[in-house]
Amino acid sequence: MDPVQSLVKGLADKYGRTRESLLPVMQGVVQQEKYLSEYSMVEIAREMDIPASDVYGTATFYSFLETQPAGKFIIRVCKTITCAMKGKNQILFSIQDMLKIKVGETTPDNRFTLLETNCLGWCHKAPAMLINDEVYTDLTPEKIREILSGYIKKSI
Amino acid sequence: MAYSYQLKRVDFIFKNENNWEKVLATTIKKKPEEIINELISSELKGRGGAGFPTGLKWKLTAEAKAKNKYVICNADEGEPGTFKDREILSRVPYKVLTAMAVCGYVTGAKEGYIYLRGEYKFLEEELNKAIEEFHYYCQETNLDFKVKIFMGSGAYICGEETALMESMEGRRGEPRNKPPFPTQAGYMDGPTVINNVETLVHTFTIFEYGAKKFYDLGVQYSRGTKLFSVSGDTPKPGIYELELGMSLQDFVYEFGDGDTKAVQVGGASGFLVPRKKFNDTAIGYQGKLVGISLPTGGSMMLFNSSRSMFNVLDNYLEFFREESCGQCTPCRVGCQQLLLGIKAVKRGEKPASYLEKLLRLTETMQYTAKCGLGQSVANSFSSIVENFREEMIY
Ligand SMILES: Cc1cc2nc3c(=O)[nH]c(=O)nc-3n(C[C@H](O)[C@H](O)[C@H](O)COP(=O)(O)O)c2cc1C
Ligand code: SF4
Ligand code: FES
Repeated sequence: MDPVQSLVKGLADKYGRTRESLLPVMQGVVQQEKYLSEYSMVEIAREMDIPASDVYGTATFYSFLETQPAGKFIIRVCKTITCAMKGKNQILFSIQDMLKIKVGETTPDNRFTLLETNCLGWCHKAPAMLINDEVYTDLTPEKIREILSGYIKKSI
Repeated sequence: MAYSYQLKRVDFIFKNENNWEKVLATTIKKKPEEIINELISSELKGRGGAGFPTGLKWKLTAEAKAKNKYVICNADEGEPGTFKDREILSRVPYKVLTAMAVCGYVTGAKEGYIYLRGEYKFLEEELNKAIEEFHYYCQETNLDFKVKIFMGSGAYICGEETALMESMEGRRGEPRNKPPFPTQAGYMDGPTVINNVETLVHTFTIFEYGAKKFYDLGVQYSRGTKLFSVSGDTPKPGIYELELGMSLQDFVYEFGDGDTKAVQVGGASGFLVPRKKFNDTAIGYQGKLVGISLPTGGSMMLFNSSRSMFNVLDNYLEFFREESCGQCTPCRVGCQQLLLGIKAVKRGEKPASYLEKLLRLTETMQYTAKCGLGQSVANSFSSIVENFREEMIY
């Protein structure tokens, strides 16, 4: 068994093989692999006996179930109204400036992916962003430099 | 007409979590009918936005005949400007679990789920610890009820109750036709109570203090307290528990920055109220005799005069266009066309009268869209375009 196969099998053993387990299984793959490759979706379909097209159709519905290759750290900057009013654009500029990527892109070393997302539920501390599951609020360009430097050190 | 009402701060929701064992033990000594009647007489209405009477919801599910029934706590909290459910789950999780267990006792459900939005994954670990402890207590007291967390994966529409159930069943989060309502056939076709996080905590307050205490707060048709998520141009953004029924003017006195131009009540799917209407607007469920009553899931966003209402509407429409599940045409195409339309008017490619066409489109969406998302786009669209027409054009 290759790593993807054993990952999928392990998740199916843990959550079950009925349709209700599809999201937890896909989430488990994304947690590990950062995205659902075509290969892993076919593997999930086989392991759970669900049509591959259904797996694909379900995966593409959810914005947190990436189907494109993504970096180790996925940055999601909130672009909804309060964050937009409180300086989201400056935040994006500082991130783009530091990482040299645009929204939707991944750094060549596969460490960071930059995305925008909708309201994160921290509007009283806008602007806000997620890096993987971690929340960062009351952002300023200075704070961004600090936070990202931390991640850059972490991932070397 | 001016309101004489004052803002009334209250503190029930975040208080006395430690009482949960006692509240649970004493409540499930009562008969299910007694608990339902208590909830009905409190006049508690759902805090997730739609305002359905909670006692009636529990009653319908209790009366439904089926082997497997379910209790779901809706913690998808995706409406722009709402952040109170996260606070409840991180500060008083045992209140939520207690309320779910009582609901299970009343309806005959043995399984409960918390549908937690993917953006709140950082809460999962702590919440699971609370659930473990709670299960231990249930075991000790022979209460047959188990709770599990189901993680969402980034989709606003999954807050809609039937889309949420589709999602839990492993499919795309596309809303179902109603009827049947979840109380008859919900998750896995079993009768299901689905309640917002805050609604559940209010039931806890009612179990703890009795229906009368709750009923005595607020105003006619809008009883009790509500958690408000206050954000935007305000010196004190945050979460506040207030009595229902306040006038928007009083709210702005308290939370405005002295230059408040408009307040968005109820998030992107709610209404924008301009300054001149603050006095005639009350916060509560429909049915008040004087002025306009606006319901809200708690989202209150303030805008001062430095903000362009065109940008605000543009941001909302972008949100809806992305979050529309795409299942029905009026909403899928409607959201796209509204967005293109206002941009075309702004650039002068379409005459100002084109706005009327767009307003008619939102009306069509209100009548023909399948779920609350598409139906409620008209709320913010018409309230912004009608009150700030110049800003849309120039
Ligand atoms: C597009 C849309 C999104 C919704 N999002 C949520 C949500 O995030 N949380 C919530 O509790 N209810 C949400 N609702 C309302 C639910 O469908 C449902 O009415 C509610 O969970 C019932 O609980 P309540 O009676 O306690 O309010 C949403 C409705 C629609 C149409
Ligand atoms: S109204 Fe919009 S969100 Fe609702 S079912 Fe139709 S397309 Fe989906
Ligand atoms: S608008 Fe950004 S967190 Fe709500």
